[in-house]
Amino acid sequence: MSGPSLDKVRRDIHAVVIGASAGAIAALSRLLPPLAPDCALPILAAVHVPADRPNNIPALLQTRCRVRIKEAEDKEPILPGTMYFAPPDYHLLVERDYRLSLSNEEPVNYSRPSIDVLFESAAEAYGRTLLAIVLSGANEDGAKGARAVNEAGGLVAVQSPDSADARMMPDAALAACPDARAMSLAALSELLCAYGGRVRC
Amino acid sequence: MTNSAEVKADEIELQLFLEAIYRRYHYDFREYSRASIKRRLLLARERMGCATFSALQERVLYDATVLPQLLDYLTVQVSDMFRDPGYFRALREQVVPHLRTYPSLKVWVAGCSSGEELYSLAILFREEGLESRTMFYATDINAGALAKAEAGIYDLQRLTLFTRNHNLAGGKGSLSDFYTAAYGAARFDKTLRRRTVFSDHSLVSDAVFAEVHLVSCRNVLIYFDRPLQDRAVGLFKAALVRKGFLGVGARESLRFNAHAETFAQVLPGERIYQKRGDV
Repeated sequence: MSGPSLDKVRRDIHAVVIGASAGAIAALSRLLPPLAPDCALPILAAVHVPADRPNNIPALLQTRCRVRIKEAEDKEPILPGTMYFAPPDYHLLVERDYRLSLSNEEPVNYSRPSIDVLFESAAEAYGRTLLAIVLSGANEDGAKGARAVNEAGGLVAVQSPDSADARMMPDAALAACPDARAMSLAALSELLCAYGGRVRC
Repeated sequence: MTNSAEVKADEIELQLFLEAIYRRYHYDFREYSRASIKRRLLLARERMGCATFSALQERVLYDATVLPQLLDYLTVQVSDMFRDPGYFRALREQVVPHLRTYPSLKVWVAGCSSGEELYSLAILFREEGLESRTMFYATDINAGALAKAEAGIYDLQRLTLFTRNHNLAGGKGSLSDFYTAAYGAARFDKTLRRRTVFSDHSLVSDAVFAEVHLVSCRNVLIYFDRPLQDRAVGLFKAALVRKGFLGVGARESLRFNAHAETFAQVLPGERIYQKRGDV
């Protein structure tokens, strides 16, 4: 896959949302470490994890990454250079005033957090300044959300299904969202760094 | 809004819809977390066959029977007994010893929904020998949910989880001592609610009604926007005795609340706060 075209790199992106499920740790561990600590973007992530125990992915990634990584708190303001994970058993949503909300409502696609819920609310708040990334996963969560991001004018990038541990989620997102582009993790990482404004990858 | 000054049509409609519900029925959802309520109303809209929020508004304005259905979308009723067992264990181990020092106790379960949290507390208080001196207030805005809470009947399939949670919460006996099972349902012992007042009460628009020693309000504040969270916690602050306790959901905190200074966290891990003695 080729990288993003320059005109697209030049457009304003104010936030990134990431969805992942099976194969999430491997994919995130390749995607995020190149990001500079003063990255200008906030990153919001919904990753499917068990509901009844602590999620160790943020702590694990923090040992490998230079951006700040944390679990999202309710009504927390969204800051650049920070990655927020949806806590286990809660949906993560973006409010119009760019604060985060948690919700306990029913699982969507059997998932709480649900990637669709995060992507759809972020699409509402950020419109065409949102970049959505769908990574490896073994279900179809994220496909509807990716389409919503696209319809609101945002960009959608998908881990190339052949490179994903589980290709179902990337395949579903690509099928639901014809404008989405499939990219290798290396290219996705480069894209993130470019939009992050400080190209030191 | 995003980057344009243009307000999207469905945002205008949603605002008007919430205003209409308020003006017609005095249910005020205008300061609820907008992202989540919009999601749930989009579901309601789809399931009720309305193309727009305006169409849904017309239905609910002219047909009061639509309102209870809508309330089930507007209020989230997801809970389990002894949900987050660590919370109930902390109440038992850290808060109960303080509560024992009072000759009589009042507990407010704010936003009790279908009653799972109320019965959990009633069982805990019975196990700890505090029940006979305690009065419980269980409040919610959803009359349908309150009726379920008052009935105390839950799908038997949920009892496996409830039982596991009860054990993890430090339950002293077996949860099955507190209910009878029949026809696929568990009916909780009615003596558990003989000291409970079930009541319609809104954290948005109603005032404090009693002085209480413990407020348990879990996974309610997350559905409120910041100013409304301030109002609700302000009510709890006014209702609580000095050094009274406030328990919130596992992912809720007072960190961004206007009344944060009034409360001290009891344990670092669990979201249980104590009102300071000097306020």
